Amino acid sequence: MKTIDNMKNILSALLLAPLFAFSIAASASEEVHLDKAPVDASNHESLQRGARTFVNYCLNCHSANYMRYNRLLEIGLTEQQIKDNLLFAGEKVGDTMKVAMNKKEAAKWLGAAPPDLSVEVRARGADWVYTYMRGFYRDSTRPTGWNNTVFDKVGMPHVLYELQGEQELDHETHELKLVKPGQLSAEEYDTVVGDLTNFMAYMAEPAKQQRNQLGWIVLLFLSVLLVLTYKLKKAYWKDIH
Amino acid sequence: MTNNNKSQDKSQDKSKLASVMGGTLNWVDARFPLTSNIKAHLTEYYAPKNFNFWYFFGSLALLVLVLQILTGIFLTMHYKPDAELAFGSVEYIMRDVPWGWLIRYMHSTGASMFFVVVYLHMFRGIIYGSYRNPRELIWLFGVAIFLALMGEAFFGYLLPWGQMSYWGAQVIVNLFSAIPFIGPDVSEWLRGDYLVSDATLNRFFAFHVIALPFVLVGLVVAHLIALHEVGSNNPDGVEIKKHKDKATGIPLDGIPFHPYYTVKDMVGVAAFLIVFSAILFFAPEMGGYFLEANNFVPADPLKTPAHIAPVWYFTPYYSILRAVPPILNSQFPGVAAMGLSVVAFAFLPWLDRSPVKSIRQRGSLYKGWLAAFVVSFLILGYLGTVPSNVWGQFGAWMGGADRATVVARFFTVVYFLFFILMPWYTKKDKTKPVPERVTG
Amino acid sequence: MSDNQNDKQQAGSQTSGCSQVDQDKRNFLIATSAVGALGCAAVAVPFVKSMTPSERAKAAGAPVEVDISKIQPGTMLTAEWRGQPVWIINRTEEMTAELSKHNQDLSDPASDVTSQQPEYCKNETRSIKPSIAVVVGICTHLGCSPSEKMSRGGDMGENWTGGFFCPCHGSKFDLAGRVFKGSPAPINLVVPPHKYLSDNTLLIGVDTEDKA
Repeated sequence: MKTIDNMKNILSALLLAPLFAFSIAASASEEVHLDKAPVDASNHESLQRGARTFVNYCLNCHSANYMRYNRLLEIGLTEQQIKDNLLFAGEKVGDTMKVAMNKKEAAKWLGAAPPDLSVEVRARGADWVYTYMRGFYRDSTRPTGWNNTVFDKVGMPHVLYELQGEQELDHETHELKLVKPGQLSAEEYDTVVGDLTNFMAYMAEPAKQQRNQLGWIVLLFLSVLLVLTYKLKKAYWKDIH
Repeated sequence: MTNNNKSQDKSQDKSKLASVMGGTLNWVDARFPLTSNIKAHLTEYYAPKNFNFWYFFGSLALLVLVLQILTGIFLTMHYKPDAELAFGSVEYIMRDVPWGWLIRYMHSTGASMFFVVVYLHMFRGIIYGSYRNPRELIWLFGVAIFLALMGEAFFGYLLPWGQMSYWGAQVIVNLFSAIPFIGPDVSEWLRGDYLVSDATLNRFFAFHVIALPFVLVGLVVAHLIALHEVGSNNPDGVEIKKHKDKATGIPLDGIPFHPYYTVKDMVGVAAFLIVFSAILFFAPEMGGYFLEANNFVPADPLKTPAHIAPVWYFTPYYSILRAVPPILNSQFPGVAAMGLSVVAFAFLPWLDRSPVKSIRQRGSLYKGWLAAFVVSFLILGYLGTVPSNVWGQFGAWMGGADRATVVARFFTVVYFLFFILMPWYTKKDKTKPVPERVTG
Repeated sequence: MSDNQNDKQQAGSQTSGCSQVDQDKRNFLIATSAVGALGCAAVAVPFVKSMTPSERAKAAGAPVEVDISKIQPGTMLTAEWRGQPVWIINRTEEMTAELSKHNQDLSDPASDVTSQQPEYCKNETRSIKPSIAVVVGICTHLGCSPSEKMSRGGDMGENWTGGFFCPCHGSKFDLAGRVFKGSPAPINLVVPPHKYLSDNTLLIGVDTEDKA
């Protein structure tokens, strides 16, 4: 249905993204169709844009307590850039992404304390986050005025609504319709959310790229070892019949 | 001339070195049975020459045990057994500790691979009748190792303090509540609290890093001592000690474990490490089977995840637990059935009445039952990972029961019949004669 | 694993002869042992490295910025860097002048022990700016933190020209952190790496842009 170009060209891939593909499984079960998130840890520009979105929007209420700002050096930011663009006053680059909001107060306002997002993608999956951030719709029965296609009765309001605009859910076809445009076009909004998801996927396991790269070296080494041990065994077992 | 001199010098050096080493060895041997032990357990321990690839898994289990202990020691340096800090300390290991992610993944992958290797090792024992006389004690030590390993895995799984850790421990500890009369007190005693809490985490940590590793290592030593006392079985089920060289007393079909099986096991080790590394570096979650997604959510005593299932290596028994309906409003029969399904392996040496040991000489009756058992084990294992409504419900004619539950019940019965009927079908089975010597 | 290799080497040398088979054994034995040993060494590296300071420790021990504009001449301020007290001493002209006058009483007046200060502080005042001294306030004897005795005389006796006194074992230091002869402390106090970001802002823990 949709192919994700794993090469760096996320934008063109996003043009193919099925903006209209929200469909809730007709059955009573809560299985929801999730769109494939454009995750590519080697795309540093996307990760940097995602980091900025994350710090500007998410970090107001959610923490990322296990993520250190200076880890972002890995995705090509300089220490000065981190200081200038991402840090709040008084924070140091070695600090973790804490949140100023008091947990108890947040729980009072929003019904539940906003969860820490450090490993959110590992808990829910990148596709879930990607679909969720694009799945908000107007629902007057909810206290916040917002509901979500993948997280029914969600406590979180649509933080990016100024960018996306307002959607409504057609309860017959279970499809979302943009009723009030935001600052961004649908494609641009998907790129923003795609970058954000990409960053959150990176943040959930920063060592992943290193892990994959090292993996090939280890496998290569072990293959050599396997051949050698096999030859050694053959040499020793020549006289056993 | 000079060349000759040089080579003479060299050989003199060599012999000097050899005599120093020999002297040291003599000194040690006079105080500790080093050489005699190396002989008894390696260079003059005669193993049948016809081991096939099934015989790799014993040494691999030992390798994984060492790996788990080693990585465990290093994880303990950074992990905090405290309900407030545990989850964060695991993420700290994954991010802030240099190479912590590698060590943690080695440990989590090692946990699952331990069970893979041990299950294959047990299956080897079953198909070649390695539990039969005179190897019953080896088998019993093995079953004890398996039980200790299950405990080790269970206690260890609580430590990351994620949602699956928490609710898994909650469910398993509550199983003990089903024991008549004393049950509720027992589970409270195990938890040290009215719910799984910091106190539970702290004691599970103690069990996981000290108590059970000691037990495991002790049992492994006993397992090996018993093995070396009676000697290894082999795929033909032939006793190689029956035919010895008259002059030397060495079994004719035996070869010294070292160097023959040490070099052979190294091939197994290399192959195993390739599989191990492929998982570790490219799929450490193994699609949610080795590391479950819900375990990346910190434990929350007020909110149970929508679907909880134990880690894959427990799921056959968990399926049996779910399959057995409550009787007289008591969960105990299910719990008892689950316990029995694990302990049943211990009775194999006395249930098997066949005149032969190895599957090579067994008839189709036994093979059929074994196949049925393996199928049951795998299907129960699968069903344990999914919710019981996974296949929908039967119609009114079956009372609308969950299809998967009915299937699980059927295979639970097959699972137990494999053990219960064993005395009968192994005796009735048409076997082939056992060869005098191994067939290579 | 390495045990096995040793055993094998033994066995190999016992059975080595001249036949083709044995040559094969020997070659592959050497090759496998070498590759295996390399593998073991490579695996040991991450384990050893995991015991070095973590990112958290590094963040906690990161360089500290200190505003020195409020330190009056003749007083000092204690900052914390890597869990240690770092003294920033604003010396008066009289105090700096005094520094060169008691060299004969010091163990190492010219700061010859290079491990005790960065190259740029190996001078008469042991500092970048003559008036401002930056010193780790940990006695080089057994790790106590000496007390401030900056004023002349007082309970330190008539000849005291200002410095520090360690309450644990009586080591005495002058206002450049140099140890007086007869103290149990063997060497001068440590000057940590530091630099000026601006005239009044001091960064402790780093001297060049990239070195932490």
